[in-house]
Amino acid sequence: MLRFVVRRLALMVPVLVGLSILLFVWIRSLPGDPARAMLGQRATPEAIERINKLYGFEDPVVQQYVTYVGRLIKGDFGESTRNGDPVVTTFFDQFPATIELAFTALLFAIVLGVPLGYWAGRRVGGWLDNLIVSTSLLGVVTPVFFLAILLKLVFAEWLDWFPTSRRQDARIEATHVTNFYVLDGIITREWDASWDAIMHLILPGIALGTIPLAIIVRITRAAVADVISEDYVRTAYSKGLDPAIIRNRHVMRNALLPVVTTIGLQTGLLLSGAVLTESVFEIGGIGRYLFEAISQRDYPVLQAYILFIALIFSIVNLLVDVSYGVIDPRVRVS
Amino acid sequence: MTRYSTRFRRIAVLAAVGSLVAIAGCAESGRTGSGDGTGDGGTGASGGTFVFAGSADPVTLDPFFASDGESFRPARQIFEGLVGTKPGTADPAPLLATDWQPSEDGLSYTFQLQEGVKFHDGTDFNGTAACWNFDRWYNTPPGVGQTEDQAYYWISLFKGFAEGELTDSVYESCTVDSETEITVKLTEPFAGFVAALSLPAFSMQSQAAIEKYGAKGQDDPSQSAYATEHPTGTGPFVFESWVKEDQLVLTRNADYWGEVALLDKVQIVPIAEPKARADALLAGEIDGFDLVGPADIPRLEEEGYQIANRPAFNILYLGFNQAVKPLDDIRVRQAIAHAIDKEAVINASMPEGTEPALEFVPEIVAGYTTDVTEYAYDPEKAKDLLAEAGAEDLELEFNYPTDVTRPYMPSPGDTFNAIRSQLEDVGITVKPTADVWDPDYLDKISGSKDHGIHLLGWTGDYNDTDNFLGVFFGRASSEWGFDNPELFSALTEARGLPTVEEQIPVYEDINRQVMDFLPGIPLASPVPSLAFAPNVKGYVPSPVQDEPWNLVSVE
Repeated sequence: MLRFVVRRLALMVPVLVGLSILLFVWIRSLPGDPARAMLGQRATPEAIERINKLYGFEDPVVQQYVTYVGRLIKGDFGESTRNGDPVVTTFFDQFPATIELAFTALLFAIVLGVPLGYWAGRRVGGWLDNLIVSTSLLGVVTPVFFLAILLKLVFAEWLDWFPTSRRQDARIEATHVTNFYVLDGIITREWDASWDAIMHLILPGIALGTIPLAIIVRITRAAVADVISEDYVRTAYSKGLDPAIIRNRHVMRNALLPVVTTIGLQTGLLLSGAVLTESVFEIGGIGRYLFEAISQRDYPVLQAYILFIALIFSIVNLLVDVSYGVIDPRVRVS
Repeated sequence: MTRYSTRFRRIAVLAAVGSLVAIAGCAESGRTGSGDGTGDGGTGASGGTFVFAGSADPVTLDPFFASDGESFRPARQIFEGLVGTKPGTADPAPLLATDWQPSEDGLSYTFQLQEGVKFHDGTDFNGTAACWNFDRWYNTPPGVGQTEDQAYYWISLFKGFAEGELTDSVYESCTVDSETEITVKLTEPFAGFVAALSLPAFSMQSQAAIEKYGAKGQDDPSQSAYATEHPTGTGPFVFESWVKEDQLVLTRNADYWGEVALLDKVQIVPIAEPKARADALLAGEIDGFDLVGPADIPRLEEEGYQIANRPAFNILYLGFNQAVKPLDDIRVRQAIAHAIDKEAVINASMPEGTEPALEFVPEIVAGYTTDVTEYAYDPEKAKDLLAEAGAEDLELEFNYPTDVTRPYMPSPGDTFNAIRSQLEDVGITVKPTADVWDPDYLDKISGSKDHGIHLLGWTGDYNDTDNFLGVFFGRASSEWGFDNPELFSALTEARGLPTVEEQIPVYEDINRQVMDFLPGIPLASPVPSLAFAPNVKGYVPSPVQDEPWNLVSVE
């Protein structure tokens, strides 16, 4: 197992190096010029030239890359060209906001998706199955930003059940320790702050979690339908085993493998969906920052953030692969 | 296997709970109590907490290295400069300087200083402190601090530094005559000097705090510990904390030398979308916000919220690129001017109270005159002029930006549509080209020749005519595509005049000259709006956003 993990980690290195080169070249081939974006309407040709010189934007791309890697080796990812913030610091400051959101979305998707998929899978072709399958199709095709705006309009503006934007009401005056606002409220015993943060997470969590929910429902349904027709399930029933044990040990456990894989693959979807959800709900996470960085040609932020996201995606999928062994002994043996 | 995994799960859960408890053991709530504060200070009344939303986070809290409105907003509360503005106007008024006298040649200025003023760290504000600030600006080390991205106002007004690439400085020296008087010497006359000192960029800052927390060597001065955690000025509010992307908290300066603030505490939060800011106000999450979208005004007013307008200090225009034929023909430019009904454009796309513009400066700027050539709405005359110029089948590219609202351009798409239909009415074929505002649109308009007629504008920084006319027409540019040496040199000369009184007739002349030359059509000065909850009192809007909150209260 250890050897497997080490090998996978080693494989990540060339992938990330390749990605960093691709990113570097791709970002610099975008139309538009970071110096002009920095200066906005105040740009004069002389000011643009001086900034290009100072930041080295006009050097050959290869030379820029060598400089970049040189700094990278020292752990220096550079500073945002928009506001001078060190990229690594801002990433870790904003990361908790995105994790909280992604976690809420995933929780929503799993808690609802797995049981729904299971019910549908047990009675394929029944009315419940048809209902769940057709509704989940709707979930897959609804764009994240559309759903986000719709939820906000109906539940925050018209019905006033939830707050409209941000992570927490400024009036709460919460103490922040970890920047995970829900957790912060718990560990400082500011229960109202935690509760407020949870209320702020619900709508964006649903908006972001709907597509993963729909996918999880469909995958679970297919897996359960598959397993349920296996001989060993029929045997278990016919020898009079408790149906609850059959459901948990024989059906769910074996159906879980593809479901876990799917959940792992959803991380990428969650992180890209976060860009839109965070913008609609004004959440100061990595998604919104990335969105702003793209429109402002903020090279250092784009490079580092996309690289970090790729790294997270790889690690999550490694964890998923490792978890196969825990769930399914057959995988461990091979 | 089952037993193993269950045990494993139990251990994991226990470990997680245990670590949570451990963290909880050492984390303290940072709350100071009931939140209604300890109402001390001169007034005795407690004004509560004021939660205000801007459109973005400040870039830095050291205003010398900032040029954006969101960085200047807290700076107006924490800091003060030698010169302020008369409330509600752009005219200079005493602040940390009680009075000033220019020398006759306009090359030196003597300032008398307010006595008994202290910085938030307890150090004195006096002549030594004032001159230290001037010298600090002038001695900004070469590097990122010397780019227009940071020291924009110093570079654009004082031109140069002690060392580095830009050395031809308008600033020469600052002498401490006594602890209550200083003399600043300039290398050339600069009539806008006193008005320029009202910019937050030239706020007085604490030497002790900057020496302790400021950037060292080549480090980025806009991101030093001073500029993010320890900004120290003399203003009515003291910095308390700043969580980026969340909130900036200021508290009342109980030892303020002027009128002590009524509010106990101020929280400034960033909300990017105008509509989201309006939603947050309606939901009671904030007490007020800036940059109200015109579309949200009716719904806010209906619900009993206050809308406050800033006097317009901006200009929106339709620019002509004379590098594109036949826009170099004055008759074609005049024809387009006669084709446009400014009132209709305003009704279609700007907030109520917006007046049509006569020239390229708003009314409250020195040198404004009503005695300029006007081009009345007259479609027949427009057609005749086009025929005369042999341009009956005129086809024009019309550039406009998307994804943007600016104070001078609240709704560019609607403005475009209104003008487009008017141009089509006189037989001009319009080829619309839309681009994303920043950087694509700006790149195309000011960085390339590839555009026809376009929408653009400007918001004034402080009361100086050169800050409008000089910005637009001070030199040949690819935005306008013309070369008019007569106009360029007139503007250079006007800028060098020693006093505003001498400048006024000259700028009036230039305004007339510009409106005859007609490089573009000034359209309007839309009024920018703020919105407040019904219980907010005492907010005085300023054309240059010089809005200290010491008189604001939440009842």
